[in-house]
Amino acid sequence: MTLDSKVPDGPIEKKWSNHRFNMKLVNPSNRRKYSVIVVGTGLAGASAAASLAELGYNVLAFSYHESPRRAHSIAAQGGINAPKNYANDGDSVYRLFYDTLKGGDYRAREANVYRLAEVSGSIIDQCVAQGVPFARDYAGYLDMRSFGGAQVSRTFYARGQTGQQLLLGAYSALSRQIGTGGVKFYDRREMLDLVVVEGMARGIVCRNLKTGAIESYIADVVVLATGGYGNTFYLSTMAKASNATAIWQAYKRGALFANPCFTQIHPTCIPVSGDYQSKLTLMSESLRNDGRIWVPKKSGDVRIPSQIPEDERDYYLERLYPSFGNLVPRDVASRRAKEICDKGYGVGKTKMAVYLDFADAIKRNSKQWIEEKYGNLFDMYHEITAEDPYAAPMRIYPAVHYTMGGLWVDYNLMSTIAGLFVIGEANFSDHGANRLGASALMQGLADGYFILPYTLGDYLAKTKFKSLATDHPEFKKVNTDVTERVNKLLAINGKQPVSEIHKKLGKVMWDFVGMGRSEKGLKKALKLISEIREEFWNDAKVIGETDNLNIELEKAGRVADFMELAELLTFDALHRKESCGGHFRKEYQTPEGEALRNDKKYAYIAAWEYTGAGKKPKLNKEPLTFEYVKPSERSYK
Amino acid sequence: MNFTLKIWRQKNQKDAGRFEMYEVQNISPDASFLEMLDVLNNQLVLQDRDPVAFDHDCREGICGSCGLMINGRAHGPGRKQATCDVRMRIFDDGQELVIEPWRAKPFPVIKDLVVDRTAMDRIMQAGGFISARTGGAPDANSTPVTKENAEESMDAAACIGCGACIAACPNSSAMLFVAAKVSQFALLPQGQIERKERVQKMVIQMDKEGFGNCSNNYACEAECPKGILVTHIARLNREFLRAKLV
Repeated sequence: MTLDSKVPDGPIEKKWSNHRFNMKLVNPSNRRKYSVIVVGTGLAGASAAASLAELGYNVLAFSYHESPRRAHSIAAQGGINAPKNYANDGDSVYRLFYDTLKGGDYRAREANVYRLAEVSGSIIDQCVAQGVPFARDYAGYLDMRSFGGAQVSRTFYARGQTGQQLLLGAYSALSRQIGTGGVKFYDRREMLDLVVVEGMARGIVCRNLKTGAIESYIADVVVLATGGYGNTFYLSTMAKASNATAIWQAYKRGALFANPCFTQIHPTCIPVSGDYQSKLTLMSESLRNDGRIWVPKKSGDVRIPSQIPEDERDYYLERLYPSFGNLVPRDVASRRAKEICDKGYGVGKTKMAVYLDFADAIKRNSKQWIEEKYGNLFDMYHEITAEDPYAAPMRIYPAVHYTMGGLWVDYNLMSTIAGLFVIGEANFSDHGANRLGASALMQGLADGYFILPYTLGDYLAKTKFKSLATDHPEFKKVNTDVTERVNKLLAINGKQPVSEIHKKLGKVMWDFVGMGRSEKGLKKALKLISEIREEFWNDAKVIGETDNLNIELEKAGRVADFMELAELLTFDALHRKESCGGHFRKEYQTPEGEALRNDKKYAYIAAWEYTGAGKKPKLNKEPLTFEYVKPSERSYK
Repeated sequence: MNFTLKIWRQKNQKDAGRFEMYEVQNISPDASFLEMLDVLNNQLVLQDRDPVAFDHDCREGICGSCGLMINGRAHGPGRKQATCDVRMRIFDDGQELVIEPWRAKPFPVIKDLVVDRTAMDRIMQAGGFISARTGGAPDANSTPVTKENAEESMDAAACIGCGACIAACPNSSAMLFVAAKVSQFALLPQGQIERKERVQKMVIQMDKEGFGNCSNNYACEAECPKGILVTHIARLNREFLRAKLV
């Protein structure tokens, strides 16, 4: 398959505006003749559904939640980037573009990243207009802070609940459209398959989680905004229901899956404390603005932190990266934390943690100052660990947090299946091999508010649609496929709860496909994954009925897909014989332990094509060219 | 730690429902309340019994999905916590825990501890927004907001829509929930244009859904996981009156 990125010609700063002019429009009075399915109503999905309905399209929005406000975008804490340069510190669209591309270790498309930076300012405007209560200074203007991988303050925030406030903004816009009938919202529906008719995505099949009914829905285009696949690792900062089923089934119906091995491990999470644990909790990256990361200089030092004098502490990030210090990008901070703990310098009961210390900031400003800025995060830490982070440093350790990989999309956010658009974390587009902090909210909303509404219209205007009904043979076939899959899960009747098998998968992924990957480890993981998969299909216990809410059945379907995706993820990690961003292969590192890219061989997007059950996926490459920012070793020294 | 659990079981909306007793053993004091229920559910699955259905998702107190009555308290005995924030260390070893769904007429039970809270969404759809279309917004800094108002607006906006206020209220009133949204927008310059219309539409929808009125019980404030104050209800009343009179 040849991958056409459809990146428009012209200088980078003109590409999007030229493209917008060149795209075809749908006449306002014709828009009501088209219908759009949007699956997932987090930041990307809700903003897209609302904006498309405002334009006049008929939108059908689906969520496995009861309400769009439950989506996991809500948990984003720190902020959202935009190069407004309100801080007068030298920011610009070009600098945000540069930082994001470099932060992604030169594994993203230049044109996409530039466009993201270009539209990000409008997002802040839009959100303020919706009544998002961003933090303000005493003059009433917007306040900003800085985040990892940047030397300017361009991150807008609403306390430690920025994701919540942005999602509620998008939710309010969506609610308004649901209220006026522009959007029909289907709650507690989980998309289980995609229907492709004559090469075009024309509908979905989902399970009504309340009644168990398998339902089919038709539209002219399908938009997936179903988030990332971090729960492949079982323990992650993702919500419990976050899953990959929608994108995975789309992959099996012909959409390519790009860069699955680009996963992000976030450096500042509360460490694992026991095997009952169901998820990990993030402590916002914004804490690294004022918190200093350190470990004792002596390995195995068991003294309490306050008894370790200053000169016996190793502030290793400040030592290794004097210019960025504690604000190095996430991949670097995570890898260094793992490395230092592996060498035996870790702290706490499990020795798999480092300190994040606010003592200096409290001394410099005040406890109250810290409370105002980070109060809710400190409370959260206290609640979970029963320790007071104002009195003693936090203990933190990296955890799976975000997935940069996802379905391959062109510049128009369309996948390799005509009429299947993919937005937000579900696509692979803008973050390369590592996402910078405060960029996920930015990308989700950029896709939903300001990119998709244009590119989707262009597709509609250029395409002829046959009218269809759900009795079309293809709809019937997919409906039967889904029903059979559901029944197959219920028929396993083994001895292990689904979550126990998921845990086993997660452990293999974390140990061998986590922060330090090697050929040997990845090969071992492939073997173990296939064994666990076998175990699942022989020994899982999926209980209950199909005619009502069945939480075990929901879990089982998701885990079945994670196990297949885990294999592709590992396969991709094995094939990419270089280190870049979140993908760190132990064999490929510089003498200082930094990621060693191989631009000659691997400056491409790896887009995998499904070739059938049990068959090896086919690799398609989209070469990456860099006209504006020349790839160099990513230095944060 | 060991616990005796008395849990509300109800197959669907039509089922009458009943309490059933369960035992869980060796629970870590650091485990969350929902992780304790995970242990129970794995136990039930292995015994070929239907696991207890409960809503949950982010498990970090922000999505508002979870909501259980624990020994008669919405989200358990702690203050400013969602159910997922509750850790088992706050209970006594061997204690009996009575676990029920939110009980309110506008929240029909879907199964066991899962209730349908879409009535709250319908209130939001009636008016809980500023009608700013995508695209036309002026530069963000062209609308200054005093820090004081921005902070108070944010206090109200922190609502996670879990429904604890409604479940805790003897009248099943949704006034704290509605007040939080009305207050958030009433305090911001952006919210002024639709100020009167918004409060009226939301209140009408609230009544239509069958939520009761406020009788100054303050249980909502006591149980709110985000500490939203009843002073917002005072503002809601003021806004409503103002919209009707002025």
